[in-house]
Amino acid sequence: MSSVAVIDYGMGNLHSIEKALQHASPHVDVQIVSDAADILLADRIVFPGVGAIRDCMQALDNSGLSSVIKDVAKTKPFLGICLGMQALLTDSEENNNTVCLDVFKGHVKHFSLDLTDDEGNRLKIPHMGWNKVTYKNHPLWQDIPQNSRFYFVHSYYIKPDNEIDSIASTDYPRPFTSALAKDNIFAVQFHPEKSQSAGLQLLKNFLSWDGKD
Amino acid sequence: MGLAKRIIPCLDVDNGRVVKGVQFVDIRDAGDPVEVARRYDREGADEITFLDITATSDNRDTIVHVVEEVASEVFIPLTVGGGIRELEDIRCMLNAGADKVGINSAAVFRPEFVREAAEKFGSQCIVVAIDAKKVSTENESERWEIFTHGGRKPTGIDAVEWAVKMVGFGAGEILLTSMDRDGTREGFDLALTRSISEAVSVPVIASGGVGNLDHLADGVIEGKADAVLAASIFHFAEYSIEQAKQHMQDRGIEVRL
Repeated sequence: MSSVAVIDYGMGNLHSIEKALQHASPHVDVQIVSDAADILLADRIVFPGVGAIRDCMQALDNSGLSSVIKDVAKTKPFLGICLGMQALLTDSEENNNTVCLDVFKGHVKHFSLDLTDDEGNRLKIPHMGWNKVTYKNHPLWQDIPQNSRFYFVHSYYIKPDNEIDSIASTDYPRPFTSALAKDNIFAVQFHPEKSQSAGLQLLKNFLSWDGKD
Repeated sequence: MGLAKRIIPCLDVDNGRVVKGVQFVDIRDAGDPVEVARRYDREGADEITFLDITATSDNRDTIVHVVEEVASEVFIPLTVGGGIRELEDIRCMLNAGADKVGINSAAVFRPEFVREAAEKFGSQCIVVAIDAKKVSTENESERWEIFTHGGRKPTGIDAVEWAVKMVGFGAGEILLTSMDRDGTREGFDLALTRSISEAVSVPVIASGGVGNLDHLADGVIEGKADAVLAASIFHFAEYSIEQAKQHMQDRGIEVRL
């Protein structure tokens, strides 16, 4: 039985992601783990996160998990979700510039507060709800129709330096990168565990992915 | 633009059963909450809200079990409101599988609670629920106040100012109920909805008064709501969520179909 470790570093509730992974693939052993040894033993890694980036980075530093996460991000199939994606960039504007893990070169920026839609209505921040994801080919999109809607909730978005790392984009109202991929790493801004059938399919694809693109 | 306007069915749960709104004299039983939530998920609900209206604290565990059961098989955002008074209540609901909690009267009694909750759990899971009632007379410009105790007790707090203050304290979303309209089936208070939606930077969910599908569309188009919440029109299969979405789309609203 293959195993997937959901990294618990004290940032938010992991119940949803655990249940969704179990539902997506009943034959995978889902473990919520908080120590380095358990992370290193797992076949696959899920790196979730909600809340503020400074708390997130502090929690990673305090738990000593930063270096383990950077290690497994080089070797095992790895899925970053929401703040777990943003933490992979070089730095974030949130909390007066927070240094992040620098697994992907690029920055995390705040949505501008004066965004409007086509009719001039102010766009709300956080960007919350179901939005379309337009993707480039990758095994993790298998059996997910192009432009499917996923559930988002975030006030910051990522801007990778290398366009090639961007594997999907979403409009609010301008396009931003909603998924990243490089080698064995895949990371999404939306919440697959809250995105009904499209989200479950993505998790299922991840649980059978060998980490190659 | 791609972000869809959301339709959120609300389940009023009393002692583990879905009931129609409390303002109705004949509280009709609308079924097992887990069954009802499953049906809404299948029909394409964008989120589900549970409002715990259980009067006695002995039965508070019931809602936790409902949320646990729903969360293990329904993978869309779940919100729980009713009786959220302490950080421990929030932790308990999030651990049960809720993604957001609705804070209502506890915010009125102690606004700092919202700040503490947002700092502890993040704004994304803190919904401030506002019950507002019109207090202006016909010749005045429209004004609404916050009411507590199911719309019986005035607080003297202006509803628009309150919404802005709550966002400043860290509310990630506002659930706005017109107590004048709740249970009437006459449609949302659109002027109230619009006033608050235009005053705050975060999403606003319109609630209270939906009697037909046009009311839902009006809430978005005229009320400028980001999401619309309704209970009774969905419970007895009068309309399905899918029909509601189709209707909103026909009126030019972007929805997830």
